[in-house]
Amino acid sequence: MGCDNILSDTFIKIRDLHFSRGDREIFSGVSLDIPTGKITAIMGPSGTGKTTLLRMLGGQLQPSQGTVEVEGLDIASLNRKDLYKARRRMGMLFQSGALLTDLSVFENIAFPIREHYNFRESMVRDLVLLKLELVGLRGAHALMPAELSGGMQRRVSLARAIILDPVLMMYDEPFTGLDPVTLGTIVTLIKELNQSLGITSVLVSHDIHETFSIADYVCILSEGKVMAAGAPQELMESKSEFVQQFVQGKPDGPMPFHFPAGSLSNDLLGSKLEKGQHLS
Amino acid sequence: MTFFTNLLQMIGAFAINTVASFGRASIFLFQIILGFKDVILRSSLLIKELYSVGVLSLLIIVFSATFVGMVLSLLGYVTLVDFGAESSLGVLVALSLIRELGPVLSALLFSGRAGSALTAEIGLMKATEQLASMEMMAVDPIRRIISPRFFAGLISLPLLTLLFMGIGIYSGYMVGSVWLGVDEGSFWSQMQSKVDFRGDVVNGLIKSVVFGFVVTWIALYQGYNAYPTSEGVSRATTNSVVYSALAVLGLDFLLTALMFM
Repeated sequence: MGCDNILSDTFIKIRDLHFSRGDREIFSGVSLDIPTGKITAIMGPSGTGKTTLLRMLGGQLQPSQGTVEVEGLDIASLNRKDLYKARRRMGMLFQSGALLTDLSVFENIAFPIREHYNFRESMVRDLVLLKLELVGLRGAHALMPAELSGGMQRRVSLARAIILDPVLMMYDEPFTGLDPVTLGTIVTLIKELNQSLGITSVLVSHDIHETFSIADYVCILSEGKVMAAGAPQELMESKSEFVQQFVQGKPDGPMPFHFPAGSLSNDLLGSKLEKGQHLS
Repeated sequence: MTFFTNLLQMIGAFAINTVASFGRASIFLFQIILGFKDVILRSSLLIKELYSVGVLSLLIIVFSATFVGMVLSLLGYVTLVDFGAESSLGVLVALSLIRELGPVLSALLFSGRAGSALTAEIGLMKATEQLASMEMMAVDPIRRIISPRFFAGLISLPLLTLLFMGIGIYSGYMVGSVWLGVDEGSFWSQMQSKVDFRGDVVNGLIKSVVFGFVVTWIALYQGYNAYPTSEGVSRATTNSVVYSALAVLGLDFLLTALMFM
């Protein structure tokens, strides 16, 4: 199952993706198409590999089997030069902001321009201030990252991610831990950026309300597979027990809350554990 | 039987891990050296790192060299005076510092001050996704972050070692001649006649270049491969100092045997 039956103009094509960390299988045959110029949300319970999928789109992780194609390029097979060329057309908002702590807000946003182009200082200044204005932090350009709140750091990180005018934007948990005002601002910014710049957006989140309000398509991952996909309204009206449990946040259902374990009574009343021995 | 099987397994796993680790470290070093061109083209990055790696290590080097030279001179005088050979004090102090103590102690202090700082900095950059964000901005973190630090370490340690030697000898002179009364002329003239520039000073500097290379390589590798948690960074920092110290002491014996035998 995948999103591949709902799209015509495909920007990202993922086929039969397999990936493991040690003995733990993260993806076991994921196939997914992400449309051009739309916001596609990748959702799912914690630990299902949503961020791992973003890392694969950016070529930071290699699949053990299957392909990840971005704009027709098989990311895993690119050489270093071509991979870096492809990355110049991508932007990524990290969950932590990932700002360079020894540079000011201004220098953080100017960093990609200074690294890739030889622009005049006045042009760099204008570009940076325009992006800062977009995220509402022009007045904070001289501050250091340590002087910013978490929400402000993420807005600066967003300005930095779009400074090279990417055609693909990836957002890793952009709504986590934000106050209501900042949350609303980030939601609006993602939507406006997508509409005004026409970029393709991939949004990883498990915040149902915010994600469903701006996403064009939603794919729900679980147990290494795409469990459901479609427009937000379709998923809200889905008859699937799994989808209903996820979108409504029900504690009971096909998606287990507990990590696999034996019975509680056996663990509590059974033989004493030796030091260092684990529960079975 | 099971005991021996397990033992064999453990030895095998250790050997494989060690070889794999050396392989990864060698590839890492190769990538760093490939970044030399970028370091030359963007010398401002190198200068910034020379400051944080070299200049900020000055204090500990100057203090240590002063006290090491003083103690060496004092103990040397106490021993030599019994044989009426205190006029050789200058030679003893100079050769000890130039051939052995200068390069080794500078490298050990450097690994504790600058090496640990490099490991912690790179490890934290990894833990806070700064290196990953650079990769996504199409900026190679090895060329932008690692290479300038490596070449800064390589340049800094020999200079710090030279300083260590100079300050150590001068503080030895202050204790030996000014305080204990060894003749100033014989202190300096014997040193001048017995210390060979090529055989002693150049060899001492070669040692410090090798130590600078190894200490900085270990520090950067440990930081770059640190597990991205607070415990992982802490362990990498400890490993950096311990491995550097062991490598410096082991290599020192090897180099001494090659140079002075």
